[in-house]
Amino acid sequence: MYLSVEKHNNNLLVQLKGELDHHNTEIIRQKIDKQYFEHRIRNIILDLRGLTFMDSSGIGLVMGRYKNSLENGGKTIIVNDNAYVEKILKMSGLLKIISVYPTIEIAMENI
Amino acid sequence: MEKNYMKLEFLSKSSNESFARVVVAAFASQLDPTLEELSDIKTAVSEAVTNAIIHGYEYREGIVILESTIIDKEIVITVEDKGLGIADIEKAREPFYTSKPDLERSGMGFTVMETFMDGLEIESIRGQGTKVRMRKKFNSLLDKE
Repeated sequence: MYLSVEKHNNNLLVQLKGELDHHNTEIIRQKIDKQYFEHRIRNIILDLRGLTFMDSSGIGLVMGRYKNSLENGGKTIIVNDNAYVEKILKMSGLLKIISVYPTIEIAMENI
Repeated sequence: MEKNYMKLEFLSKSSNESFARVVVAAFASQLDPTLEELSDIKTAVSEAVTNAIIHGYEYREGIVILESTIIDKEIVITVEDKGLGIADIEKAREPFYTSKPDLERSGMGFTVMETFMDGLEIESIRGQGTKVRMRKKFNSLLDKE
């Protein structure tokens, strides 16, 4: 699993690559939350394009970040163009509350 | 009737979640599945094994038993633990229900298994363990004919 967490103004850009399952969600959650709360950032952009696997632990991770940003008056949005990830996001109902954009640039413009 | 069978036992460690789903995917590859079908069974196996580790054994050490049978174009997968068992199976199957909300679990495990597979049966006895049985029919070979 590859994780990159970077601050861009009021947005925290999180890029995930590889397999997102229960085994690695805990450490990813800690790393995202540490940056998010330490730097008092409002919005979270989750780039899921590089994921080759995601199960319901990933849904839990997205839901948790969505709640945190909501409580801080911000938003969580997703960057994705991956059909497999879309299938599980759609099934979870997350797409009803979280917007998905095909690229980081378009996501940044719309946040 | 073509039949094949495999059995694997491993420790209830979260690092074995990826091991378990890759094993089942490799076993299923003889059915010539599509990438989507392979993703579906990997995801379902991952959910069942994660449940065994988090809920069955509550992170204590135990053995997870993974079995799979192929009969013609159908694969049957069972994931079994000798852990705590499920208090209320109907409740556990409800989307978004989780007995461990503090762990940021989505409560979607059984819903994923049900959606991605063609059948799901859960047997559980309190204090003795849980056995999840899933099946999926592969159509890829038929479609090509």
